[in-house]
Amino acid sequence: MSEAPVLLELRQIRAGYGPVDVLFGISLEVRRGEIVCLIGANGAGKSSTLMCISRINPIRGGSIWFDGADVTAERADRLVPRGLAQVPEGRRIFPRLTVLENLEMGAYCRSDADGIARDLEGVFRMFPVLRERTAQLGGTLSGGEQQMLAIGRALMGSPRLLMMDEPSMGIAPILVSRIFEAIAELRDRGMTILLVEQNARAALRLSDRGYVLETGRIILSDTGASLLASPKVREAYLGE
Amino acid sequence: MEFTSAEVFAQQVLNGLSNGMIIALIALGYTMVYGIIELINWAHGDLFMLGGFLALTILGALGLEEASGPMAVVAVLVILAASAGFCGTLNVLADRIAYRPLRRAPKVSLLVTAIGVSFIFVNLGLFWGGVPMEVFSGGIAAAAPKDFPALVPSRNLLGTDDGVGFTLRDLLVVVVTLPLMLGLWWLVARTRLGKAMRATAQNPTAARLMGIDVDRVIGSTFFLGGALAGFASVVYALYNNTIGFQMGYRAGMDAFTAAVLGGIGSLPGAVLGGLLIGLIRAMSDQYLEARWTNALVFAILILILVFRPSGLLGMKQREKV
Ligand SMILES: Nc1ncnc2c1ncn2[C@@H]1O[C@H](COP(=O)(O)OP(=O)(O)OP(=O)(O)O)[C@@H](O)[C@H]1O
Ligand SMILES: [Mg+2]
Repeated sequence: MSEAPVLLELRQIRAGYGPVDVLFGISLEVRRGEIVCLIGANGAGKSSTLMCISRINPIRGGSIWFDGADVTAERADRLVPRGLAQVPEGRRIFPRLTVLENLEMGAYCRSDADGIARDLEGVFRMFPVLRERTAQLGGTLSGGEQQMLAIGRALMGSPRLLMMDEPSMGIAPILVSRIFEAIAELRDRGMTILLVEQNARAALRLSDRGYVLETGRIILSDTGASLLASPKVREAYLGE
Repeated sequence: MEFTSAEVFAQQVLNGLSNGMIIALIALGYTMVYGIIELINWAHGDLFMLGGFLALTILGALGLEEASGPMAVVAVLVILAASAGFCGTLNVLADRIAYRPLRRAPKVSLLVTAIGVSFIFVNLGLFWGGVPMEVFSGGIAAAAPKDFPALVPSRNLLGTDDGVGFTLRDLLVVVVTLPLMLGLWWLVARTRLGKAMRATAQNPTAARLMGIDVDRVIGSTFFLGGALAGFASVVYALYNNTIGFQMGYRAGMDAFTAAVLGGIGSLPGAVLGGLLIGLIRAMSDQYLEARWTNALVFAILILILVFRPSGLLGMKQREKV
């Protein structure tokens, strides 16, 4: 796995909000075909890291490399056609667009009608409930359905790297397992995924590698299995 | 001539609807910009005013003040296109220069900036009225209202002079405003840009994560809203035969009230609100007294803001993340 070329690399990323620094030199890499997870307590800076990668949040230092190119100065909307997608924390679906329109927005940067139709079919196969709800407004879906919509919407961009921020947060347990199944399905299809999860155990089981973030610093990184076995992780993040 | 009271009423309904369509066109620009960046674009009425000044300048420069028949039609089309393009572009420039740098600033800063832009526009209009052209009374009395050429005669299309009048000018209003409203509806509901506009309005961060160039979409919204004000200014000028540098204030107040009444952010609401304000104005002019009309509109604005800020068709609460 580790011989695959690096798709995403963060070098010493520093960032913050107003006068407050929250990331103090984050370095990590995601290789093609890998599932990498980022775990950490509330407020550790996981979402901030993803928002920096998507270039929604400004960066105060360091650099970001995507597919061999320095994208530190790239605009958010230009990263999407390069193949970067994010399922953001809290889902952020468009509440007054229909389910179908939400999915169409995911393909905003594409013009290959055939490919879009194929991916739409793929999303419907993965989440059949969305097919039944195409004309319904996004805001009227249940939380779990909204999460599926948010994942489907990101997949509609045909991304090369899919970042997911706590996809299992605030959803019924039955749907949580459906979401993790979907992630496993994507992994089996060769999708590269950077996953942020509260549910560290389930996330680490799925992941090739993981990073542990603590107050804006990476304090540990290893394979998913080793992290699952690590006493420190077991104590702090697996509640043992 | 003697009019029956039913005829008077019917006439006022017609007048109200015609003026209401013009108000609605301006209200759409308020509501579109509010919908996308939550800015109450204080300068919007004054942008409308400048559109009228541009139209008059073009008529004067091309010597079309007296145009009639087919030439009048050409002249009307020329000033419609020119004013729409001019107001759209000016609105985009205002966004680029004044509002865009404040995207992350508190909304109050944005509003105060818009009030500043309004002052600039009003004074531009005042200066413009003093340009030494024949159509601007040779540059004398810059602040005085300017006669706008009667390119569209007020001939009654329903026949004779008495009874209810539906004039060529009323027809002009319908012919210009209705297709624009339908076109706007189609654009917003069906096109890629329209969907991007709605997505940006509903969640700008998510819109950027979809690869939408949010600044460009906001710019397009300013252009469309401004262009509608430009169209409205020409229709208004042809309907009323007069323009003045202060006309943006009243038109702006009417249109803003219409947008709030309909539910600010809602396109159908802006049209409904425009028609209602037009009707209320006409009825007040006829049955109350014209000098009370502005006060009445203002009172309506305050009452809605106090008792039903979401307006008639607006969302009860906005789910902004
Ligand atoms: N918009 C913001 N303005 C100011 N501070 C913020 C903002 N967003 C996050 N922070 C702060 O930055 C730090 C990191 O937050 P972040 O959301 O990245 O953490 P997280 O690891 O995603 O946490 P959680 O598990 O709760 O989602 C926190 O201290 C948080 O309070
Ligand atoms: Mg988070």
